[in-house]
Amino acid sequence: MTKSGTANEKKGGEGRVLNVFSHGVLVIWGLLVTMPLLWAVVSSFKDDGEIFGSPWGLPSVLHFDNWSRAWDKANMGQYFLNSLIVVGGSLIGTMLLGAMTAYVLARFDFPGNRFLYFLFVGGMGFPVILALVPLFFVMQNMTLLDTYHGLILVYIGYSLPFTVFFLCGFFKTLPTSVAEAALIDGASHTRTFFQVMLPMAKPGLISVGIFNFLGQWNQYLLPTVLNVGDPDKKMLTQGLVALAVSQGYKGDWSGLFAGLTIAMLPVLAAYIIFQRQVVAGLTAGALK
Amino acid sequence: MQHGKYRFIAGFLVLPLAIYAIFVISPFVQAIYYSFTDWTGLSPDMKMVGFGNYARLFQDDIFWAAVGNSVTLLLLLPVVTLSLGLFFAFMLNVGGRRRKKAVIGGVRGSGAYKILYFFPQVLSIPIVALLFQFAYNPESGALNAFFQAIGLDTVQPDWLGDPQLALWCVMAAMVWANVGFYVVLFSAGMSSIPKDFYEAALLDGANRLNTFFRITLPLLWDTVQTGWIYMGILALDVSAFAFVQIMSVGPGGPDYSTEVLPLYVYQKTFRDGQAGYATSIGVSLLIVTLIFSAIVMRLGRRERLEF
Repeated sequence: MTKSGTANEKKGGEGRVLNVFSHGVLVIWGLLVTMPLLWAVVSSFKDDGEIFGSPWGLPSVLHFDNWSRAWDKANMGQYFLNSLIVVGGSLIGTMLLGAMTAYVLARFDFPGNRFLYFLFVGGMGFPVILALVPLFFVMQNMTLLDTYHGLILVYIGYSLPFTVFFLCGFFKTLPTSVAEAALIDGASHTRTFFQVMLPMAKPGLISVGIFNFLGQWNQYLLPTVLNVGDPDKKMLTQGLVALAVSQGYKGDWSGLFAGLTIAMLPVLAAYIIFQRQVVAGLTAGALK
Repeated sequence: MQHGKYRFIAGFLVLPLAIYAIFVISPFVQAIYYSFTDWTGLSPDMKMVGFGNYARLFQDDIFWAAVGNSVTLLLLLPVVTLSLGLFFAFMLNVGGRRRKKAVIGGVRGSGAYKILYFFPQVLSIPIVALLFQFAYNPESGALNAFFQAIGLDTVQPDWLGDPQLALWCVMAAMVWANVGFYVVLFSAGMSSIPKDFYEAALLDGANRLNTFFRITLPLLWDTVQTGWIYMGILALDVSAFAFVQIMSVGPGGPDYSTEVLPLYVYQKTFRDGQAGYATSIGVSLLIVTLIFSAIVMRLGRRERLEF
């Protein structure tokens, strides 16, 4: 690829002009993507005067106190922990239950199989907002509002449609002979699933796991409605918005930028480290 | 082999099915029922009002403003996002070709661009929405400061505060957040198109525009269609709600200029205590979604007949 580019430039002509043009456009979009993020990080080190006085300037002194203020006083640390607990729980639950459902639906013939499949997969197309009002009252009746386990259950429920859809396709592609061999050797169905099929499905599990992690970590709508009672139990996304509202009144903009950066950097760092898997996982999910 | 099969199936399905039925299926079914009642959402008593809520929709100006804005998003957001995504992906995978020897490849550094462009996709909506809210801030925001710096002091729009601009501002943030995913998705699709196709086209003297419309786009059409539906659902549901709720000035933008259907459902339920009416708005949102999906499917089928 690089070779053809160099050859092109040497020859000049149409190729060169177009390459300059295409590089120009690509660089501009690259800047459009990175500038706001860099700007937020830089602003998180400024004091309020600098944020307002010279939005594009660099900070004169690095104000690390913004970060500690956001982490402690504005509760970002607590929100971070809340998100970790809920996403940790729901990710494990989603993967386990999703894989179990998909395995049964993909590999066993029984009456009602098709019906259940479409029941699960159909959930992908419905507007979540429509279900929210009754869901609120379902949760209230079960005293699950404002609890970690309540949110975990809801996250699992709303992640199941895509997970089941994706993993069903995946389990269908796995060879039957290995599972049969295990059964003949006397393994139970359950054991075959956990010790043979699940390890074989690892690539698919990783793909859908990444998809679910990003979706659940960034979930905003569900907690906004179902998790409003206890201010200390907010998810990171909710906490960030609450922070924006309250700091807006207080005028603590630098604290807010620090909060934004705290929420932003870990995910970006994780993406850069695992970007190959993330991209492969997400595109595999959407190309299917 | 059949030994214990049904017990195993039941054992594996009972928990996921219970969670799914309680938290996903039952709320949807209840929502449709509630849309025929005058339920406030606070008290347990309600009475059936038949199609009363639906009749009321026709006289509700804010509802129609929300429909208008949601449909605008639905029509424009996928077009803009997918076009940009296709354009960048084409540049990165096919754009850097050399003229004579017909070797297809991306421009230099395409790998780095792909990593960079994907950044917004991993950020949560509140982060993106807040970032743009700062940028749009009329007094101290980065955009107006930028205009000032390049000498355009007179151009200081109100951005989100201007009813004419507010929806476009929100849309720009949504495009920004989503293009990267499609660049990567379409790149993956394009890399699976056989190189001979391009070589043959080049021998016939096709230029880039022709190559794109005659080879890349048709062969990628399935992926584009999937993306179109994704983007449409995004424009109608969760994503639109979050962006508008966080970014907008006031209850649905100035003069309801950014009010969208999901946000209106939310406001009617949790702000105004009209849960019954809200669910009928939600049902109309569901209908818009279904119509949209049906149209995209149809268009897709027609397009594919050409090949």
